[in-house]
Amino acid sequence: MPTAVRPVRIVVAKVGLDGHDRGVKVVARALRDAGYEVIYTGLRQTPEMVVDAALQEDAQVVGLSIHSGAHMTLFPAVVDELKRRKATDIVVFGGGIIPDDDIAALKKRGVAEIFTPGTPLQEIVDWLRKRFPDEKTPQR
Amino acid sequence: MREDGIETSTISGIPLRPLYTSEDLPGRAEEYPGQFPYTRGIHPSGYRGRLWTMRQFSGFATAEETNRRYKYLLANGQTGLSVAFDMPTLMGQDSDAPTSRGEVGHCGVAIDSLADMETLFDGIPLGEITTSMTINSPAAILLCMYIAVAEKQGVPASSLGGTLQNDILKEFIAQKEFIFPPAPSMRLVVDSIEYCAAEVPKWNTISISGYHIREAGSTAAQELAFTLADGMAYVDACLERGMHIDDFASRLSFFFDAHIDFFEEIAKFRAARRIWARWMRERYGAQQERSWKLRFHTQTAGVSLTAQQPELNIARTAIEALAAVLGGTQSLHTNAMDEVLALPTDKAARLALRTQQLLAYETGVANTIDPLGGSYFIEALTDEMERQAEAYFKRIDEIGGVIPAIEVGFFQREIADAAFRYQQELEQKRRLVVGVNEFTVDDEPPIDILRIDPRLESEQSERVRQVRRKRDQAKCAGALNGLRKAAAGTDNLMPHILDAVRAYATEGEIMHAMIEVFGTYTETAVV
Repeated sequence: MPTAVRPVRIVVAKVGLDGHDRGVKVVARALRDAGYEVIYTGLRQTPEMVVDAALQEDAQVVGLSIHSGAHMTLFPAVVDELKRRKATDIVVFGGGIIPDDDIAALKKRGVAEIFTPGTPLQEIVDWLRKRFPDEKTPQR
Repeated sequence: MREDGIETSTISGIPLRPLYTSEDLPGRAEEYPGQFPYTRGIHPSGYRGRLWTMRQFSGFATAEETNRRYKYLLANGQTGLSVAFDMPTLMGQDSDAPTSRGEVGHCGVAIDSLADMETLFDGIPLGEITTSMTINSPAAILLCMYIAVAEKQGVPASSLGGTLQNDILKEFIAQKEFIFPPAPSMRLVVDSIEYCAAEVPKWNTISISGYHIREAGSTAAQELAFTLADGMAYVDACLERGMHIDDFASRLSFFFDAHIDFFEEIAKFRAARRIWARWMRERYGAQQERSWKLRFHTQTAGVSLTAQQPELNIARTAIEALAAVLGGTQSLHTNAMDEVLALPTDKAARLALRTQQLLAYETGVANTIDPLGGSYFIEALTDEMERQAEAYFKRIDEIGGVIPAIEVGFFQREIADAAFRYQQELEQKRRLVVGVNEFTVDDEPPIDILRIDPRLESEQSERVRQVRRKRDQAKCAGALNGLRKAAAGTDNLMPHILDAVRAYATEGEIMHAMIEVFGTYTETAVV
């Protein structure tokens, strides 16, 4: 019997104060359908709450969603909190209404990838597959 | 399905036939605008008597900057104001709260106390314009601030005109800016309706909103059904309070989305009027005609806009705005082409307003009332919308009403399912969005977008701290105590909130006083 490889676990969170959860729910479903273990935290998560959830759930990936314009404050805050808690192996990606200039700046600050509106869901899945090629992602 | 593989059902999935004929409308009685059930419009003279109000939703950064934008829009021919608040204001917290970090002034204007509201409307005579305020959980507080600013301008509350969104049910359903649990939230809504019926009689006390439900991913029929169901829940709550239907019904207003599926939207607007009129007259026994008439604001669909080739959004918005006008809207916001990226620049905001002016003055579409009335297709689609809405009303009743349906996640699941279905249709290219999944370009030249100065947050935080330092502390504390006591009892809270506002209690402090009594609500997330 091969050694059990655990599937990639992704904590998906809405940071900031806005309640626009259409995108985050569609992405969460698509990732779940692609075989990932998805934990959706719900709305209004502070960076501390997101990192708590990621550590408790033993997640390898954190996906953040925001539509309020506070991404330049809150995305780096999640990265910093991961550093503070010595969990820099956790990959952070994000999505929302994020202008191009900000995407470059966020990547410099340690966010691995940003997906903006109109991104095909498959593109997000492909990106994760590339990022975690060896992990087991059970097909449904 | 078309021969090229593209869906022929509406964007909401209603199957369409290639042709509609008189057989689709057997034995139909003639309907007239201005007559029950108002399918063809609430005014006998349509837009000839009065055009729709061009009401562009606007607000960003500080009260001072937004005040300048308002004066700019009014000078350019806009006929009413519509305030967009920032996230901390919408969530009832002050700019210097820890969770306001990064959010201040970003998606609307930051208002912390009466002092900011005075700045926001400085030099704008509140007796001469109407103002719409998009705010929900803290709606009563912002309305009180508006009343207090008017007092200072010497304008009595009885002559104020405008609209308060104040629709908490759709927050639980879709937009999710809830704070208190459903029961005290509903109490606050009824308090404001009751108070305004006596004191601010020209105010639209609630704008029952489908917009957010639709933008969250619902179908057109869900938007229609859930919004009208919410409307009936408010009517029930007011009746339970002991109010008479004809004393408040005419101040209830509605707010719909104008999405990109042209005919479906027109049918939705027409069906909304017909359903509401019937329910108000037949189920609730309203006697006055004005209680039967559904009046609504429309905003073009933000969710239909694309970050790719954003100039296309001008065309999309024009088509959506045309649907709203042909559907008989009372007021309209047209989105700016860059709203998909950030808050609009001055130029984009003006273009959006000009689109409405073009419709009103160049195209001739406002000259004939309900010009699509009698079209086999439009009438059949209007009937279908009504049928689907009535089916949803039954399901909601079976669950026990709107609030129980919220608590079991019924609406949330219906919306998430519809959003996911639509996304899959895009992925499979059964529906095309120009510039997104077809007709794309590789190099997108960047467009100018509005940036909010990051210094604003600390400046606004300092401003609210100064308000807290300078006010009469005893008076402020007394007013907040009075509010706390009233919240624990059954008094109408509006006079107490107004006292606190006048004493320069901040929005966050007033909310906190009520949270101490009411508690807060957390939803069970449905994916």
